[in-house]
Amino acid sequence: MLVSLNWLADYVDLTDQQPAELAEKITRSGIEVDAIEVRSQDMKNVVIGHVVSKEKHPEADKLNICQVDVGTGELSQIVCGAPNVDAGQNVIVAVPGARLPGGFKIKKAKLRGQESNGMICSLQELGIEGKVVPKAFADGIFVLPADAPVGQDALEYLSLHDTVLELGLTPNRADAMSMLGVAYEVAAILQQSVKLPEITYASATETAQDALTLRVDALDANPLYIAKVIKDIKVGPSPQWLQNRLMAVGVRPHNNVVDVTNYVLMEYGQPLHAFDYDRLATKEIVVRMATEGEVITTLDDQERKLEATDLVITNGQEPVAVAGVMGGANSEVHDGTTTVVLESAYFTGSFIRQTSKRLGLRSDASARFEKGVDPNRVEAAAERAAQLLAELAGGTVLAGSVVVDELDKTPKKVVVSPDFINERLGMKISFDEMQHILTRLQFPFEVANGLFYIDAPTRRQDIVIPEDIVEEIARMYGYDRIPMTLPEGAHQAGGLTPYQAKRRLVRQTLEGAGLYQAVTYSLTSSEQAQRFALHEAPVTKLLMPMSEERSTLRQSLIPHLVEAASYNVARRVESVALYEVGSVFLDQGMDELPVEIEHVAGVVTGLWVDNAWQGEKKPVDFFVVKGIVEALAAKLGATLSYRQAKRDGLHPGRTADILFGEIVVGFIGQLHPTEQKRLDLKETYVFELNMQALITEVLPTISYTAVSRFPAITRDIALVVDRETPAETLESVIRASGGKLVTAIRLFDLYQGDKMAADKKSVAFSITYQDPERTLTDEEVVAAHEKVVAALAEQAGAELRG
Amino acid sequence: MEAQLAALKQEVIQKITDAQSVKELQDVRVAYLGKKGPITDLLKGMGKLPAEERPKMGALVNEMRQEVTAVLDARSVELEQAAIDAQLANETIDVTLPGRTVQIGNHHPLTKVIEEIEDLFIGMGYEIAEGPEVEKDYYNFEALNLPKGHPARDMQDSFYISEELLLRTHTSPVQARTMEQKQGEPIRIICPGKVFRRDNDDATHSHQFMQIEGLVIGENIRMTDLKGTLDLLGKKMFGQDREIRLRPSFFPFTEPSVEMDISCFKCGGSGCSVCKGTGWIEILGAGMVHPDVLRMAGYDPEKVSGFAFGIGAERIAMLKYGVEDIRHFYTNDMRFIKQFERSEG
Ligand SMILES: [Zn+2]
Repeated sequence: MLVSLNWLADYVDLTDQQPAELAEKITRSGIEVDAIEVRSQDMKNVVIGHVVSKEKHPEADKLNICQVDVGTGELSQIVCGAPNVDAGQNVIVAVPGARLPGGFKIKKAKLRGQESNGMICSLQELGIEGKVVPKAFADGIFVLPADAPVGQDALEYLSLHDTVLELGLTPNRADAMSMLGVAYEVAAILQQSVKLPEITYASATETAQDALTLRVDALDANPLYIAKVIKDIKVGPSPQWLQNRLMAVGVRPHNNVVDVTNYVLMEYGQPLHAFDYDRLATKEIVVRMATEGEVITTLDDQERKLEATDLVITNGQEPVAVAGVMGGANSEVHDGTTTVVLESAYFTGSFIRQTSKRLGLRSDASARFEKGVDPNRVEAAAERAAQLLAELAGGTVLAGSVVVDELDKTPKKVVVSPDFINERLGMKISFDEMQHILTRLQFPFEVANGLFYIDAPTRRQDIVIPEDIVEEIARMYGYDRIPMTLPEGAHQAGGLTPYQAKRRLVRQTLEGAGLYQAVTYSLTSSEQAQRFALHEAPVTKLLMPMSEERSTLRQSLIPHLVEAASYNVARRVESVALYEVGSVFLDQGMDELPVEIEHVAGVVTGLWVDNAWQGEKKPVDFFVVKGIVEALAAKLGATLSYRQAKRDGLHPGRTADILFGEIVVGFIGQLHPTEQKRLDLKETYVFELNMQALITEVLPTISYTAVSRFPAITRDIALVVDRETPAETLESVIRASGGKLVTAIRLFDLYQGDKMAADKKSVAFSITYQDPERTLTDEEVVAAHEKVVAALAEQAGAELRG
Repeated sequence: MEAQLAALKQEVIQKITDAQSVKELQDVRVAYLGKKGPITDLLKGMGKLPAEERPKMGALVNEMRQEVTAVLDARSVELEQAAIDAQLANETIDVTLPGRTVQIGNHHPLTKVIEEIEDLFIGMGYEIAEGPEVEKDYYNFEALNLPKGHPARDMQDSFYISEELLLRTHTSPVQARTMEQKQGEPIRIICPGKVFRRDNDDATHSHQFMQIEGLVIGENIRMTDLKGTLDLLGKKMFGQDREIRLRPSFFPFTEPSVEMDISCFKCGGSGCSVCKGTGWIEILGAGMVHPDVLRMAGYDPEKVSGFAFGIGAERIAMLKYGVEDIRHFYTNDMRFIKQFERSEG
């Protein structure tokens, strides 16, 4: 909403108000002023001139040499390139020494050999937006009325010594979508009264009812319809002051009839429509719902197909307007119009919203109907427009109106106690102060039994419940004056749940292990959504995605992490180590929430060890990532096991499933080499874990075991086994056969190569024997160790390496 | 003989002094004090002396022998120390060479902001409440005083999955769910999480972002409590010398509603590019919980009241760390994330 302060001053005394200070006050009390536009900018020396004569420039087709009276007593020669300049016109002249917007200075000049003493200006050259300049002057200079005072300040005449405030309105403040609404707000802030327009005009003896009949067949959608009839209209340009005001608030002037309806729309917030009475032809208006497939050509010459949910104004035979949205071409006011039917109505917001949205027609009018106009301004607006048509378009207003009125216009009653207001605010605003604020707001109220009985003005449809009064009192009292306290009452301990604490531990552990936290999108493409998915489930898709790339909820964190790795590598960050904690989504079918499971995943590529000057560089490998997962499992107290596996997108020989008990809770693997190549990545390893499964379990308190005082004895053993034999098998044989005496097993060497049969490998373990209660004898250790060797031979086919 | 002895002594001491290593010194020791050395020879040759001279000469030779041994020992200590010194000098390293890399990762800046806020409120007895990213229309809108057909819940603004399901547009549904669970009990929660809006990703918009909301419900929760709480939050995030101001605003789920500004941390309030010349920066929206929202969740607005606030983690991080483009938070450039390594304050 744009508010011209020159215009606003009609209703509220703004004497001595600095625009910037006023804007600050408005913002602080509830309506945000988004911008302050000083319309005169830095302009000066722009005057009204009269073109006495015009000749073609001898050397330039498109230029004219004009002799212009600028009130100095002698004529100024000005060269003008505008196609519409002509002798006899009153025009805007920037005289030498003038300054125009953008610091543009006007000096005496020669144009193709001809002296030019200034510039004849278009409105755009005065900083007015082209889209609000009247169409006739959109591509040339602006022609002022014949009675414009030559030699006077043109900025004054165009009302450009003005400031326009741009209000950013929240949806509840539809009341401020009108000059009068803003006037009430500003008056309350400045503690002033509002001066409403005085409406007086002489009516004809002939009545509107003689000229027109009215029927409303859709009272739900249209509970109030007022039609006035004005004859003897002479359509023409509006007076300059009215055009100035419309342009100031962003509305393009057309002709006096259309301009008056727009002016009253801006002034009262009540949309109006003018029909050509003669074109209506039937002397009848019928408001009804459209029939399915009914067609109307709207003012913009578009043919619109209507539906049964659209409200239409008809002449009893065919639609003449889409109610509240746009008029029909068939009943449009034109230059020859002499009698006008003026419509002022209350159309129910939901109907207008639906239609304007479907037709893609959002206008100043529909926006106001959608939010709900003031029921008590519908009639006043009609009268105001009638008055202006009489004054500005020579109209004669037929007596009375044609009306259908089923609208409840009684104000809402809000009952609230001063104590309630103070309790909610935590303050002690006095009863008198509250009364004073309600008076400033012009909320009629009575006091009985210590309560306020407030008639919420119908212009303020956002005032419904006691809390709304709390806000009104507080904002007028000043939010700055609200003191600061902290909530009282019983305190709970607060804190993280065990789950949340363990999630933080996951982050700390992975970061301690050298991974950086990434955050990626939950939405991905349908193609990526199921890649690397740990769980088998259908995907969840958006109804109306903005792009295919963000159309489906992910089932694995890895695709986006790999994308991030590739992004980094492409920018020469060749070592990447990222992890993410985030949810994956398993669809459960229509209208059921998908199951969301929190996962943790990581991606590592490039160098893992890089001690440059020591010459130690090691690229990441499977066991780096496995080590990280093992460290994480240790922190979480989760016993995991690993099993050779094959997964799509991963290296078939370098992938392990991770088991928690019998359940697969994740995997580690190298990205498939073809995928690495496609993404221009070196060896890249990923892991993903169902974090939720690992951290949901409640762990017991740690119970300490005494550190043994008795010596441990270590025996090394080198075994030759089949190449396929997993190390884990050997380890479990040692553990099982060694029994309680084996306290540690460490794999310290692995060899496969030339010195060994192709299908064999050598694995060496260091086994620690210890008894917590006593010192083991050599014999006991030897016996235990021999048992282990025998078991390895028997159960794993292992031979001692010679 | 005495003269011979004196000459020998001088000779030995000269050799000892000349020895430049433990090895050379050892050679001197062997050559002069050894079994085949001249001093031994002297002692052996004593038999040829007259008997009365022998004790005197014996004493002289022994004295000399002791003297030489002492000089030799002293020189030996000296040379050993020099050898050690030389070895240590040889072992000297350039301590300015870089240390062995210990790679420790760090939080994403959004997590940093969120945890900081979580911890502030945990200290004040709040719990952290979480909920699903896919929500029921009921919790995302209806329970928050946004019935179907309300203009503020345009299909165009949200990612719907079906008529009834959508990606949550704020973390307020967590508030609604918590209220439903707590069944009239007092509440103090912080709700962080991912939220989604139908926006094209550009420098200032992101279809996914992080929100942190807070909710307090109890007897006699007042607007002064909201203001005091927001003041703590503003100071915690942007410094103890920040001031806050509240402006009236509108949200369907609060009444009264406010917007909170903090005094500009860059210019201190005199006006600069960060605060667009106003001296104030808009930080968050808040308000007193709307009685309809309380009622829908089974609370009696006659008996209890509450406040709620919502803050964008990206907005805080952008302001606090001077990040100019919201997309940086989601590209996961290592060079970006690593900048948030160190602790603050
Ligand atoms: Zn600033």
